[in-house]
Amino acid sequence: MRLRDVGRFAWRSLTGASTRTLLMMAAMSIGVAAVVVLTSLGEGARRYVRHQFTSLGTNLIVVFPGRAETAGGFSSVVIGRTPHDLTLEDALALRRIRGVQRVTPLNVGSDEVSWMERRREVAILGSTAELLEVHSMKLAQGKFLPEEDPRRATPVCVIGATVRQELFGARSALGEWVRIGDRRFRVVGVLAQQGQSLGLDIDEVVVIPVASAQQLFNLPSLLRILVETRSREEMAAARREVRRILRERHDGEDDVTVVTQDAVLATFDRILVALTLALAGIATISLGVAGILIMNVMLIAVSQRTTEIGLLKAIGASPAQIRLLFFAEAALLSAVGGLVGSVLGQLGSFTIRQVYPVLPAFPPPWAVAAAVATAVTTGILFSLMPAQRAARLEPALALSRR
Amino acid sequence: MIRLEHIHRIFPVGREEVHALREVSLHIARGEYVSIMGPSGSGKSTLLNLIGLLDRPTSGTYFLDGEDVTGLSDQQQAQVRREKIGFVFQFFHLVPRLSAAENVELPMVLAGVAPTDRAPAVSRLLEEVGISRRALHRPDQLSGGERQRVAIARAMVMQPAVILADEPTGNLDQTTGKEVIHLLEELNGKGMALLLVSHDPELAGRARRHVSMVDGRIQSDTGANA
Repeated sequence: MRLRDVGRFAWRSLTGASTRTLLMMAAMSIGVAAVVVLTSLGEGARRYVRHQFTSLGTNLIVVFPGRAETAGGFSSVVIGRTPHDLTLEDALALRRIRGVQRVTPLNVGSDEVSWMERRREVAILGSTAELLEVHSMKLAQGKFLPEEDPRRATPVCVIGATVRQELFGARSALGEWVRIGDRRFRVVGVLAQQGQSLGLDIDEVVVIPVASAQQLFNLPSLLRILVETRSREEMAAARREVRRILRERHDGEDDVTVVTQDAVLATFDRILVALTLALAGIATISLGVAGILIMNVMLIAVSQRTTEIGLLKAIGASPAQIRLLFFAEAALLSAVGGLVGSVLGQLGSFTIRQVYPVLPAFPPPWAVAAAVATAVTTGILFSLMPAQRAARLEPALALSRR
Repeated sequence: MIRLEHIHRIFPVGREEVHALREVSLHIARGEYVSIMGPSGSGKSTLLNLIGLLDRPTSGTYFLDGEDVTGLSDQQQAQVRREKIGFVFQFFHLVPRLSAAENVELPMVLAGVAPTDRAPAVSRLLEEVGISRRALHRPDQLSGGERQRVAIARAMVMQPAVILADEPTGNLDQTTGKEVIHLLEELNGKGMALLLVSHDPELAGRARRHVSMVDGRIQSDTGANA
């Protein structure tokens, strides 16, 4: 039998029983559409997070104290290694590295800020003028921290949008003196409303010079040092330099962790790809269900078409040909169902993008391809049994029925 | 051409066994016109199915064109059916979603004949059975007589050596039935063997040779030469 004739015959059988065909196709396409939409959601989340990171500046190297490593249970006791703190001097030393554009130390604490009778617990960032650029903050009024020797504890502060609103209400905050802990700071600037950035609500912070923060918290060390390079290409070299300089300064001990933005991003990427895969896996279950439905309906079709199968045998169709015809039907059905489903899925993710413009829900091409492939495979796999049953049918028996 | 030797066919029905054919031996030559008669349950349809390779005997041997076909595989039997045997059924058994022409074409499609070779054969046969004007109609748009003509054309399309007709007029009125029989006889006149199963004595009487069956045995055979 010619392939084209097989295809034509299968097509005629499908179009001949339109309700049955539509039902099976609906099941198939819903399964495929589910895979496409759900993976597009996962992919959208991945792209969203990636965007959040890149908006922060991708040429960022973050240094924090202590070594992120797993040592034996007693190593620190036995060897007696105590990591050196990161100091302001360390941060200043990193400024000399080639290719480094900005270096800013960072301390984070929490304290009460008050003005007149109003008080509020806020996150205090101790840093330098460079933080504005490095952390992509925007100013609403006034200036940021002064560009001066970071060792000077100038009593000035820059407050977040919410903090300003809560303390000053409609009044102007610029030039006012606020009290943080037991010290007084003059408000020199107000940050623009910008919301969350990497788990920190910028609207709820107060930024003060790093030396002031060290005095305020009575803490000579730094939480971390942010290093921004001029370009992506200089990251690797700068990272090595950061390590070398800090090792030298810490008596030859490798006791800091140096993380690049890329590495953090890659971790998130991996997590979200795993999430997308999990979603795809869940949606694939619906494809399996569709496959079982196809099997059921095909079995019904076989018993409905008993006489036809008997006739085909009588006029010379071999068992292999009968099998092939039922196969072709299932394959055709699931291929068309898969295509319709992927179109539906694309429409679905388009709708999601329209409703939530911030979520770039584009289905990854591999997911679309895999969904259609799975649809066709399950369709064919689940048609095996009905096709076999049809092929085994006794023609004499089949034809004796009306 | 057809030679059956000591054929038995036993069906298990529940715990018992039904002896549908007992010790049947029959020889049919090329181009013969044979009617098989008998009351229902006498085994005539079983005999026709065996000859048509739709069923296998429990014991005995069946030679078709000198070849023992009893032991052939399903695949090989399908090929023999395709090339040597044409069926005409009481209930026509046309594929409902296909047009008359497509139904006639079906055996050639299964045999893998090229489309360019199929079309002339189909139109010639439709002409021959007198329904070329209805070629594009579906079975449900055709009358009973027309349907049976399509079925006959389909049985003929592979130019088989024998046509097996099981009550071909059983579902038709008197006049149409006659027309259909005339058509079959016409084909027999062109050298094709015709095996007709019927319980209608008038119809069966038209054949040149009469085989009558009772209880799974051949009771009488007017042309017994085997």
